[in-house]
Amino acid sequence: MTKIVVAVKYVPDATADRNFSADNTVDRVGVDGLLSELDEYAVEQALQVVEAGEGEVTVLTVGPEQASDAVRKALQMGADAGVHVQDDAIHGSDAFATSLVLAEAIKKLDYDLVFFGMASTDGGLGVVPTLVAERLGLPAVTYASEVSVDGDTVKIRRDGDVATQEIEASGKVVVSVTDQSGEARYPSFKGIMAAKKKDVQEWTLADLGLDAGSVGLDNAWTKVESFEPRPPRTAGEIVTDEGDGGAKLVEFLASKKFV
Amino acid sequence: MTEVLVLIDAPDGKVTKPSLELLTIARRIGEPSAVVFGTADNDTLKEYGAEKIYTYDDAAYDEFLVGPKAEALAQLVADKSPAAVLVGASTEGKEISARVALKTESGWISDAVDVQADGGSITTTQSVFAGNFTVKANVTKGAPVITVKPNSTAPEAAPAAGAVEAVTADISDAAKTAKITSSKPKEASGRPELTEAAIVVSGGRGTGGDFSEVEAFADSLGAAVGASRAAVDSGWYPHSFQVGQTGKTVSPQLYVANGISGAIQHRAGMQTSKTIIAVNKDDEAPIFELVDFGVVGDLKAVLPAATEEIKKRKG
Repeated sequence: MTKIVVAVKYVPDATADRNFSADNTVDRVGVDGLLSELDEYAVEQALQVVEAGEGEVTVLTVGPEQASDAVRKALQMGADAGVHVQDDAIHGSDAFATSLVLAEAIKKLDYDLVFFGMASTDGGLGVVPTLVAERLGLPAVTYASEVSVDGDTVKIRRDGDVATQEIEASGKVVVSVTDQSGEARYPSFKGIMAAKKKDVQEWTLADLGLDAGSVGLDNAWTKVESFEPRPPRTAGEIVTDEGDGGAKLVEFLASKKFV
Repeated sequence: MTEVLVLIDAPDGKVTKPSLELLTIARRIGEPSAVVFGTADNDTLKEYGAEKIYTYDDAAYDEFLVGPKAEALAQLVADKSPAAVLVGASTEGKEISARVALKTESGWISDAVDVQADGGSITTTQSVFAGNFTVKANVTKGAPVITVKPNSTAPEAAPAAGAVEAVTADISDAAKTAKITSSKPKEASGRPELTEAAIVVSGGRGTGGDFSEVEAFADSLGAAVGASRAAVDSGWYPHSFQVGQTGKTVSPQLYVANGISGAIQHRAGMQTSKTIIAVNKDDEAPIFELVDFGVVGDLKAVLPAATEEIKKRKG
């Protein structure tokens, strides 16, 4: 019986017009959002581990009201239950405060393993898994392109830039998986219908024993001073190849001293 | 002058270019102290401005993932109270530095493309949302722990003392839990590392699966080779070379996109490149909105001609 918590994030759609709010935080309300694509791989791997034996998958998210869409999607894929931590005080939390909320929520759950995607598709920092592990005092095996669970040992393969590594850890373990771990399934019609009956618990900071002073924008250890849209790139010169495209390309390179 | 800790990356002892960039940036803030796990070429560190070189020698640093390195570095931060800690924005660099920031209750800023010091305050510049916004930020608690992207500055030599000091750290059992049981080095391609390269030449769907023209053109420029997600998903090029939202983010001096349409997912990984060139058959490909120079044409004809021309010029 393997109990897996999968932490997922609701992110602004990358193809939509992403922006900031007046308080210099990412606008998560005014734009369409969805379950971060990279988290779908974590849900998929958790489901595969459970399907290979016995167990259950609980999907956990921290975010505004709309973040329940991300939980719903994971339930439609096959996760058994959901937890949505929502509290106005969380607004503007950075990776550190988010990792605190996640760690406290995970402590309240009955679990063996915690799965994450390798990073979010908005912030893209990729450190929440390692920070949650640090806070829980658990081993973190991150950036897995292959995951196997054997008894209470988790083995992963990591395809790094300079080496391919096999890594293992035992007991309760935090795992993050890459998009190379295997294609994520689409929810089936049956899955979509079944998800409607699945239990999603709504928790606040008070449920986790956290006070507002430990999270949120005002309590971050960093501060955004300003943001500005990047000036649009001025249109460059476009030529059509009439047998001389290669030569013109090299002329441009030479004018910029690349050749 | 206060000390600035710089975590050095030196595979097989050779100090990487991004580490030299960090030393250069550190000098804007204070006196750089290099932090080395294992061994590094100390002469290079000295030449690029390291006043001190802290070296750590313990098998645990190689046998386990980031836990032991993070504990050791956090202890050093507590001991030295540096003005800042600079780390390369690699996946390992981010994991180590984030844990150090948490352990020392210091603010952490990641993926800076610039770091400015003005008097006592340090301001970082980051590029977010596929390079569409520039964000300036600073740390309000503790010693700023900052990860800096490769190519954020040009390494400048500035010879310094480079006094070597061997340090030992107390590594807890809890840090030694994610064990590396095997490590197979990847075969070296002979090309620069993708995220560090000054020039990146990429291929996409338009290659039709044959990267030979892209590779030959890259080699004529001494460039790294990248690939779009479409090319990687088709199995034409390994995933470790993928540029884009679910792959690597690159910010070279020159990026040449060949047969790549320029979907937002790809742009997210290359939009901050200084100069962008595209070769594409489709004159309506969105990549042309980004370019400084574009050729509408077949890369199979344009690239070999360009490669030939470069070879001729180089004699």
